[in-house]
Formats: sequence, structure tokens, C-alpha cells
Amino acid sequence: MSQAAVRDSMSATKLDDTTPANSSAKPKSSQADPDTAAMLPGGSCPLPVLHHDQIVLGHGSGGKLSAELLERVFLPAFSNPTLDKLDDQAVLQVGHTRLAFTTDSFVVTPIFFPGGDIGRLAINGTVNDLAMSGAKPLYLAAAFILEEGLSTDELCRIVESMSDAARDAGVQLVTGDTKVVNKGKGDKIFISTTGIGVVEREVNISADRARPGDRIILSGYIGDHGMAILSQRENLEWEGVIESDCAALHNLVSDMLDVSTEIRCLRDPTRGGVATVLNEIAARSDVGMLLRETEIPVRETVRGACELLGLDPLYVANEGKLIAIAPAEAADAIVGRMRQNPLGQDARVIGSVTVEHPGMVLMETEIGGTRVVDTLFGEQLPRIC
Amino acid sequence: MKYVDEYRSARLAKSIVDEIRRIQTRPWVIMEVCGGQTHSIVKHGLDRLLPEGIELVHGPGCPVCVTPLETIDKAHAIAAKPDVIFCSFGDMLRVPGSHGDLFTLKSRGADIRVVYSPLDCLKIAVANPDKQVVFFAIGFETTAPANAMLVHRAKQEDAKNVSILVSHVLVPPALHFLLRSPQNRVQGFLGPGHVCAVMGYNDYDPVSAAYKVPIVITGFEPLDLLQGVLMTVRQLEAGSATVENQYSRVLNRDGNQPARALVDRVFEVCDRRWRGVGPIPGSGYKLRAEYSDHDAERIFQVQAIDTQESTICISGAILSGIRKPHDCPAFGTACTPLTPLGATMVSAEGACAAYYAYGRHLEQQPLPPAAHAHVGGGR
Repeated sequence: MSQAAVRDSMSATKLDDTTPANSSAKPKSSQADPDTAAMLPGGSCPLPVLHHDQIVLGHGSGGKLSAELLERVFLPAFSNPTLDKLDDQAVLQVGHTRLAFTTDSFVVTPIFFPGGDIGRLAINGTVNDLAMSGAKPLYLAAAFILEEGLSTDELCRIVESMSDAARDAGVQLVTGDTKVVNKGKGDKIFISTTGIGVVEREVNISADRARPGDRIILSGYIGDHGMAILSQRENLEWEGVIESDCAALHNLVSDMLDVSTEIRCLRDPTRGGVATVLNEIAARSDVGMLLRETEIPVRETVRGACELLGLDPLYVANEGKLIAIAPAEAADAIVGRMRQNPLGQDARVIGSVTVEHPGMVLMETEIGGTRVVDTLFGEQLPRIC
Repeated sequence: MKYVDEYRSARLAKSIVDEIRRIQTRPWVIMEVCGGQTHSIVKHGLDRLLPEGIELVHGPGCPVCVTPLETIDKAHAIAAKPDVIFCSFGDMLRVPGSHGDLFTLKSRGADIRVVYSPLDCLKIAVANPDKQVVFFAIGFETTAPANAMLVHRAKQEDAKNVSILVSHVLVPPALHFLLRSPQNRVQGFLGPGHVCAVMGYNDYDPVSAAYKVPIVITGFEPLDLLQGVLMTVRQLEAGSATVENQYSRVLNRDGNQPARALVDRVFEVCDRRWRGVGPIPGSGYKLRAEYSDHDAERIFQVQAIDTQESTICISGAILSGIRKPHDCPAFGTACTPLTPLGATMVSAEGACAAYYAYGRHLEQQPLPPAAHAHVGGGR
């Protein structure tokens, strides 16, 4: 359920022409807060318990502010056993079929960027949310909110790109809706996609299933998407263009499940990045994690750009990467198979799940120190010096 | 990554730490002056690599942190005006004033923009001739040249709708201030590398001589910092007190002459109040009279604002190296980056915020020893 909000982790930097609508208000989070939930009067809006009396961009960052919105506003209103699992999709038993069901909205600026565009992202994002349950994605619905003044040429290019992406992913767009809003009430185009797929294999994949001793697998280089978007949006030039990693991951997941159906958790680290996803899993499974910084692959250009801006690639968004938690004995075989797929050619084990420090993610730094990798409150902000 | 990995080698780090351990005969308290150094130390866990008895205390060198609350309130009052485009470096946006932060103002419709260079304000001013473009010019000597360049260019190009709200602070007067305090514990300093890249380090000789403290101008990468500690400990053990330059690949004794000349032309030294610390004589810059057409404080005439600081917060003691974040009862509970009570929590480079960002508020038990001992290869 995360995906979209690519304005996500970097949203604060695009302050020039955004409207408040520009950040996704679709938080997901890790830990429910029973104490707070118990205090809430049933049925009435609990907004006063929030730190802010107005929505700020940080509420769409995927960090602690997003979690607060989810825990104090959405969950109390909608709570049910399926939603409360807080996975990227719902898996529903309908007759003899296990259906995977998810939705996501896409508000990225710029709408075209190196390595993709908002249309391709809208297909792949929802396909990936389905894939993270082990499902085979089948059908999508798409809703378009168009701002008055959007050029039809740009719309056509986006739609064509969506069509290509859907064909590449083997899914059909079977229903949809279009709305147009007044100029200034949107930001060119917002797309919302909803997807349905079928879980055919005997798998049980959820963020609460990580166990001590498990290995943490990362499918490749991190931070490409977020830094591609930021660079394009802010006209930052580096030696070498940074391209978004936007890709559909269901075939990679299928390859992995061919090797082992014992995979316990799958997540695509979109907004909030790898750090946020691992913190969610650690909290939901009540386990600790220990990462090795030297094993986490970051491209030279992405690292350089992050160093310059004072950003941490662990919190930067990805759109074509996945994190898997798997039993230690299966990890090497899974990684071996992933490396035969172009989308997993740089896959590796980046750490392990521990009994110690439950709910916390620790990292051995490359210099040999240790630090905690926590969830951020809101988006990362470029530093002054 | 080129020019970075070389300074993050675990093998070299270990050899420096071993050398410190070999020469150290007693405990020493060393302050890293700059917030960027604090950030790097906590991020890489360097303080935990050092031998016991080498205590790093975190200095006042985070410009966002020490910007007084009344200045932030002034900035917010200006940013809220309908004809203003308010520009700032990113990390100033979440710093709360008496009534919310710049993000909150933005959510209410104020035009607030993050810039990566102050000169971006000129472009914004040209594109918006009917608006007043105001840049929040904070920082140490490091950011002074770029801020001076904005004003200088604005005057040259007669860009009447560009102004800056100045809250610049200077390092050497702050060191005098700390060392004069009867509570001072600091025995040696890691000097601020970026500040000295601009200003050189001649101004540090009198400090070192007057208070008999070694000052080693130090960079920001892990090996820079460890080497800076080693050089400081060598001086302390030998009983010497001079200014040394660890960061010689970046700076020399005289700094960047054209940058200094520009700063001197645009700014003059003034007294300034530091958040959490109080007023320090001669510790700031203000615009010279000939640039007053670009002085936001003069243009907008925002009245002095009465502000109230937290009574629990111990940020003054933390900024002076007397206390650590964990000494504060509010750290990580009442006081978080979302609800900061004072200077050292408001910006990412403040000591409390750095401790929080790297999860030290969560640590109720010591970290696993295996992780501490691990020394892997460089990337």
C-alpha cells in the first residue's frame, strides 16, 4: 500500500510549486499504538491527538508522521483483521481462490524523469505491491485526475507508456475513471491504480513473519529512483545521469519462490527507503536486525549526490528493488537464482535477523562502528553545510 | 566512492585507534566544534571506537541550532507575508518558532522554497518581480561567502526585491566564551574544517595560546576525525598547545582569500545572541550600511518578539560540552525532532538530534560486543 508518493522522501525539496495535495496521504506503518487507540472516542475524529492541526508534507513521507496519521486517524476508523496486518496488499480468501488486492496513487513531479514516467510508475508500483504477497498480478483499474491545462500530448505519452508497462508486466487495465480539476487544483496529473492478483502458491508472506536467524536479502543498488527524481526536479547535474530503477518485480519474485516457498517477508522499499521497510518488519515481527553497511550496494553517482546533499541513501526511495527475509538455509540459493534475473543481478545478503534488541535495526558501519538505523519523522532535508 | 572510501577504511581506523591507545596515559576531554563533525562521529559510531578515557563532547557548531528563537520568529513573520517568497536551506524548515515551523506556514499557503545555493534567489527574484524574495542567511563563516555573494550581486544588478535576514555566527569568539567559563571541561579541540577552509586558522592561534589548549583543524570523514583526535591526544600527552592542520588537503593557514575579501566587504562583525548559550560579544556578522537596501530586518521592520524557552532543556550545557544528551530527562521522550524543546534538537546536526537520528534514545542495553569488535574491509 505504499508505493506511490514519489514526491515522498524528497517532497520537501520541491517547495516551489507544490500544492498541499502533492504528498500522498497514504501512510503505512509498523506499530499500532494500543494505548493511544484505546483513548480514542469511537466514531469522532481523533485529529486533536495529532502533533499538527494541519496536514504537512511529512505526513506523506512514510516516516513517523505518516505512521501517526495511520494509527490515529485511519486505523481507528477502518480497523479489521486484514487491514491491521499493514501489508502492502490485502490477501483475501474468496471461495477457493486467494486474491491479492491493493491500491496506490501516484503524484510524482516531474511526470517524466530519466528511467520512467508517472504512467510506468503507476503500473509497476501496483504490480509490485501485488507481487510482494507472492501473487501473480492479473488486472488493474486506473483513475486519472487531470489538471486543466495539461497538454494532450503529455497525456498521450503517459498513457502510451502505461500501456507498454502493462503489456510488459502481463496485466490488463480493465476499468477506469477520469476527472478534470480546475487549474491550480492539481499538479498536471495524478494517477491512482488498483490491482488484483491471485496467490497460486502455498506461501505465507507477511511483515510479521521474520524470525531470528533469518537472512535479509536486497535485490540490488539502492536510492536510484529518489535521486533521479530529485536531480531532475532541482536541475542538479552529476557526472553521469542517475536513472530511476522503475520496474515490475513479479517475475523476480516468481523466480525466488521457485527456489523456496519459505520466504517469510517481501517488501519493495519505496518511499522511506530500505531503512523504513526494515524498521517496519522489525517492529511487526518483534525481532532485531543487524545490517552490514559494506554489503549495501549504492552506485557511485547516487552516493556522491547523497554525500553532497547530506542525504542518507538508506532512506531514499526505490521503485524496482525488493527486500526479502528468508530462512538462513535457503538464502544462498535464493540469491543465486535472483542473480540470474536482470532485476536481481546485484542481489545479496545484507544482514540477518536477531533475537537481541527487538524492534530495532542496527548496522555495522564500514569504519567498524555500530549505529541504530531508525525511522525518520518526515522527509529527509538537505543540510546547510 | 572516490575521495570518500579512502577516508572510511576500517583497517586504517583500527591502526589510528591502536596508536591513540598506545600513547594515552590518562583521560582527556576533546570537543569537536562543528555540527557536521558531531553528525559524522555519531553516524559512524566513532566515539565508540575510541579507547575508554577519550571523551568526545559536542560543540556549539550547528548554525541552525544556535539561531535564536526570536530570529526564527522574525523569519516566520516575514515568510507569512503575502508578497514574500521566503527561501531557506532545507534543514531550517522544520525548526519550530513560537508558533510552528516553516512547513506549517507553507501548509497555510505561505510561499516557502528550499534553495541549494543562495544565488538561486536571484533567479527567483527575476522571475517574480512583483514579490519580495527573502533569503534566511544563517550559518558560520562557511556559508558567509555565498550569502555575501547574493547580496553583492543583488546590489550590482539592482535587484531591489532581494534581501536577506542575517543571523551569522563566528567560531573563534565562541571558543573564547567556552574556555572562559569556570565550568569548562574541554582540554582540546577538533577545529572546524569547513569554517577554516574559508577563513584560514590564524584566528585560532590566540585562543590556543591564551588558554593553553591544543586545536587541531579537522575534516569530516571518519579517518579525518580519528586522526584529529590522535593529533590532539599527542599534543595533550606532550603538554603542548598549538594549532595544527589535519585537513591540509582542503585548507591552508590563510584560507580562501577572495572569499574572505567578499565577506569583509559585505558584512561587519557585531554582537550576537546564541540560542542555548546567550549573547557572545563580537560573535556575529551583520550587513554593512551600504547594503542596507537588502537587509530584510530593515525592510520588513518586524518588531522584537517576546519568546519563551523551555525550562527543562539543557542545550546550553550540551553546547558548552558540560553535559550530554542522555543527561537530559526530556531526551527522546518529551523532546524529539518532532517536538524539540531546544537548540540541540532542532536541527539534524545538533548533538541531541544526531543522537536521536542514530537511535541512541532507543538504546537501553549496550550494543552487541560482536558488532563493536567487527572490523571489515573497506567498500
